[in-house]
Amino acid sequence: MTNTLHRYGDAESFDDDYVIFAIPCKGKNDEGAVEKLKEFLRICAKHSPVNMGNSDFGSYRSADSLGPRIHWRRNAEPDHSAVIESVHRTATAAAVFDSNAKAEVCLRELIAADLGLSVNVSASVDGAKELVASCGITRHSVEYSLGFNDPHDLLPDRKVLELSTMCGHGMVSANLAKKMLDMVREGRRTPHDAAVTMARFCPCGVYNPARAKRLLEKG
Amino acid sequence: MRIDPSKCVACANCVPICPMNAIVIDTAINRAVIDYDACVECGTCYRGMSQEQLNPTIVRTIRALAKALRLRFEPEPDVCPTSAFVMEDLTWPRIVRRVFSDPLVEHESTGIHGRGTEEVKTNDLTGRVDVGEVGYVIEMGRPGVGVRFHQIQTMTEALAAIGVRFEDKNPITNLMTDRINGTLRSEILNEKILSAIIELKTSAQEVRGVLHTVASTARQLDTVVAVGVATRCSEDGEDLVLAPLLKGIEVRFDRAKTNVGLGRITNMAHD
Repeated sequence: MTNTLHRYGDAESFDDDYVIFAIPCKGKNDEGAVEKLKEFLRICAKHSPVNMGNSDFGSYRSADSLGPRIHWRRNAEPDHSAVIESVHRTATAAAVFDSNAKAEVCLRELIAADLGLSVNVSASVDGAKELVASCGITRHSVEYSLGFNDPHDLLPDRKVLELSTMCGHGMVSANLAKKMLDMVREGRRTPHDAAVTMARFCPCGVYNPARAKRLLEKG
Repeated sequence: MRIDPSKCVACANCVPICPMNAIVIDTAINRAVIDYDACVECGTCYRGMSQEQLNPTIVRTIRALAKALRLRFEPEPDVCPTSAFVMEDLTWPRIVRRVFSDPLVEHESTGIHGRGTEEVKTNDLTGRVDVGEVGYVIEMGRPGVGVRFHQIQTMTEALAAIGVRFEDKNPITNLMTDRINGTLRSEILNEKILSAIIELKTSAQEVRGVLHTVASTARQLDTVVAVGVATRCSEDGEDLVLAPLLKGIEVRFDRAKTNVGLGRITNMAHD
């Protein structure tokens, strides 16, 4: 299942979550796709995404040589340009938006750019349908998430799932999400810093730190 | 994956990071250790944690002093202070763990990074699922539980028994020794992975039967199963088949991925 379909929540909770991604098709349009993926990301970057990814890393990522001062002064801002410049192979490129309006202007520009890549929108069923219609195009295909079968109650509670499943590949552990929830409740970490901490573990850049921050602020 | 005991300072930052709960502090040796059987080689600890590359002896000394004085230091929670994780070279069959668990590893069978496939993401070019047809992605193990191949085989055999045809360009299908019966290669059956996706396609009339089989088989398995169903929309962008059908059998679906149909063939010589 597409990673972003694993996001846990009801339709209303996806109001600030629109993922637009482009994917080359092997043998059909993958020749020269690297430059097209960069252009896709450049267009997305103009419309204030909250995260972007190129299948190797996202706008938030880990660092391999931090100095000791990072425990007091750590950068918590996204680096979209690194995501764009480092595309080097034909993989999925994605951008996450925290509003329908931003996603709409971005999709309009992608349609005009006519890159030839397959473009998908992952959002609530109605949110995606309205977004596509407002851009004057029709849906080609649709895949619905039917949620989880968990007959043995192996999954954690709703709040943890809402936070952890935003990395669809499962790289944000439930225990980390629980720890971030607890640290925010205890006043040991701001919702923004906690959201960014989780986003750093999502290598595809589809984690939505804006939605995570909202969820963490609710407690 | 391995933790170098000469570097580990038992700070425990990595313990909650592991999606499989495979890391614990062994108090007998005062080091973090990985449960080799529980680890799925996803690389989250190695790749996701930031590194400070500090001297382990100095860090241990400072930690011992702080502990003696009951001083509490609130470090960044996603940092390994001494870069103690070591990614090992893996051999068959353990290597399937990494292939199905690390999203940065490409499947040879699909050319796609991660354990997935193109599904309907490129349906505007491939025509993989047509109007009136339903494509299924039955994912086992996600989120955060994991699955062993013998559990996957229980599901593929149950699906095969109702006569489904598995998708050719799929990593699980490529591990089958018998696609008619859904049998997987015997040497991998006890390997644990983060998740795997079974893909198949049927007519719309068969949706209820497939979903019933998945749900009833899931009840026998100590893991989680997530299901996605896909179809091609009509000329005017409406789904007149699958959505009404799902509503009719009272299946809830809040989120969807929508292929907006912008793909076109641009390769000089295409498949």
